[in-house]
Amino acid sequence: MPAETASPPLIHARGLSKRFGTFTAVDGVDFDVEPGEAFGFLGPNGAGKTSTMRMIGCTSPASGGTLSVLGMDPETQGPEIRGRLGVVPQADTLDEELTVRENLVIYGRYFGLSRSECGRRADELLDFAQLTERRDSRVEPLSGGMKRRLTIARALINEPDMLLLDEPTTGLDPQARHLLWDRLYRLKQRGVTLVLTTHYMDEAEQLCDRLVVMDKARIVAEGSPRALIDQYSTRDVAELRFPVGVQETLGDQLDGLADRIEHLPDRLLLYANDGEAVAVAVHDRGLRPETVLVRRSTLEDVFLRLTGRTLVD
Amino acid sequence: MTAVPREDIARSTRPEPPSALAAAGRVFEHRLYQYRRSYRGSIFTSFVNPTLFLLAMGMGLGSYVNAQSPDAFGGVPYLHFLAPGLLAGSAMQIAIFESTFPVMIGLVWRRIFHAMYATPIGPRAVAVGTMLWIAFRLTLVSSVFLLVSVFFGAATSPLALLAIPAAILTGLAFAGGMGAFMATRRNPNAFSAIFRWVITPLFLFSGTFFPLDSLPSSIQPIAWISPLWHGVELTRGAMLGTLLDDPVRALIHVAVLLALIGVGSSLFVRNVRRKLAA
Repeated sequence: MPAETASPPLIHARGLSKRFGTFTAVDGVDFDVEPGEAFGFLGPNGAGKTSTMRMIGCTSPASGGTLSVLGMDPETQGPEIRGRLGVVPQADTLDEELTVRENLVIYGRYFGLSRSECGRRADELLDFAQLTERRDSRVEPLSGGMKRRLTIARALINEPDMLLLDEPTTGLDPQARHLLWDRLYRLKQRGVTLVLTTHYMDEAEQLCDRLVVMDKARIVAEGSPRALIDQYSTRDVAELRFPVGVQETLGDQLDGLADRIEHLPDRLLLYANDGEAVAVAVHDRGLRPETVLVRRSTLEDVFLRLTGRTLVD
Repeated sequence: MTAVPREDIARSTRPEPPSALAAAGRVFEHRLYQYRRSYRGSIFTSFVNPTLFLLAMGMGLGSYVNAQSPDAFGGVPYLHFLAPGLLAGSAMQIAIFESTFPVMIGLVWRRIFHAMYATPIGPRAVAVGTMLWIAFRLTLVSSVFLLVSVFFGAATSPLALLAIPAAILTGLAFAGGMGAFMATRRNPNAFSAIFRWVITPLFLFSGTFFPLDSLPSSIQPIAWISPLWHGVELTRGAMLGTLLDDPVRALIHVAVLLALIGVGSSLFVRNVRRKLAA
């Protein structure tokens, strides 16, 4: 994308809310998504990510606040907006009775594209999704990773201005995830705006230029993955795992070793800028953990700090 | 690779979202893609079913019925009386089947309607497109049925051609309401109860196999509220060539069926919208 700071945001949300009866799924969130960026919603299940995505995708009316998508109002211009979005839903919604290629062609028809244009784009997208060899096989027997790639290819058939991905790699094996990330990274390189939800920190770190952390229907932090880690965590973390029953008896023996200590059920997290030094100091105090792991802080640590809970349990 | 936008995507040309009718047409087209897989078997079945029924009941059972009471069916052979009843009854069954499982597949099982709703296709187009598809299926099946009936000599009047629209109206009168009901379900469990307690009794007691006046007079009014009875009357009038003998009566039947189609499809649209746009 050309760096035009004057271009308006693709999504503009202020005080955006979603209520189902008495349950509040999204509680007054503010965010903007700029053209060409990869923007993420990070949070545990039930944080309100999917509800937010559905409001952006104009398939769920907002209960309060203001929202504009591609400069239009979802309430009155839903079909126009949806015509310019690509949507990858959380659960695959492919027609498993049809072939791989037919799924792409018919989807293009929903956008009002001619049959010949649908066919041309379908062939290109099959290539992009590395599914050309399976073009004429039915969808049903495909692997989870292939179905996901087909869903992403399908979402691109209308050459969308923005791609919405709701937990794009949940349930996939590591190899399939990396293949998918590679395809999404290519799209990003081509200037496609990506908006995604995830509860995987590594996914957020890999793909997102900027993200918001959601918890209990609210946004609790916003920034680039790096900035969030700098702001809410230390550089390093020393993870100590003690034999069963020992962790509870440690009392004040760890005091002063780290900037901050998180007590998880199975391990202790000691936050410090020099994790190696912490590990040495633990040893010097005569403590003998079963395992010691020193690592860099991740978004998981940010989330833990902000909410007191781990993301995926 | 040009399907993926590269630069200034906002300016790239794109078609206008399809109009309401065109959008319903796209939903119809989706069903056509699915049908391409199974149409041979489906058309074969639509020949075989009426052939078997007309052979067994119309000719086999009919020969005894005609011998016992030659005047019981308004002076026509039992085969001639039965064929239109079966046609209307099959139209009802096909329409109900087509508005049950496809709706579950679209909204719950494979969420195909949700996929459509992520495009410019809206809930109205989903419901109307589904109704259009059912009308198409009814056209095919009742045309074949009529053809078989002609072959059996059970339809001789040119008016018999009107049995096709009559059967379409009959089926659609059920499709909207059934689709609306299934759109509120999370599973199809209620379907077997509906089939047992609604569809089967209607099929048996709507003048399909025997005239209503052979029922006790206290039960007869129940048949009048049966949409199938109105459909059977129309279809039979067309195939026996007596439809225009009492045009007002025929118009009332048409009006009842049209009203049911109107109410049923509006409920269908409303319930699909509730499910998709929650």
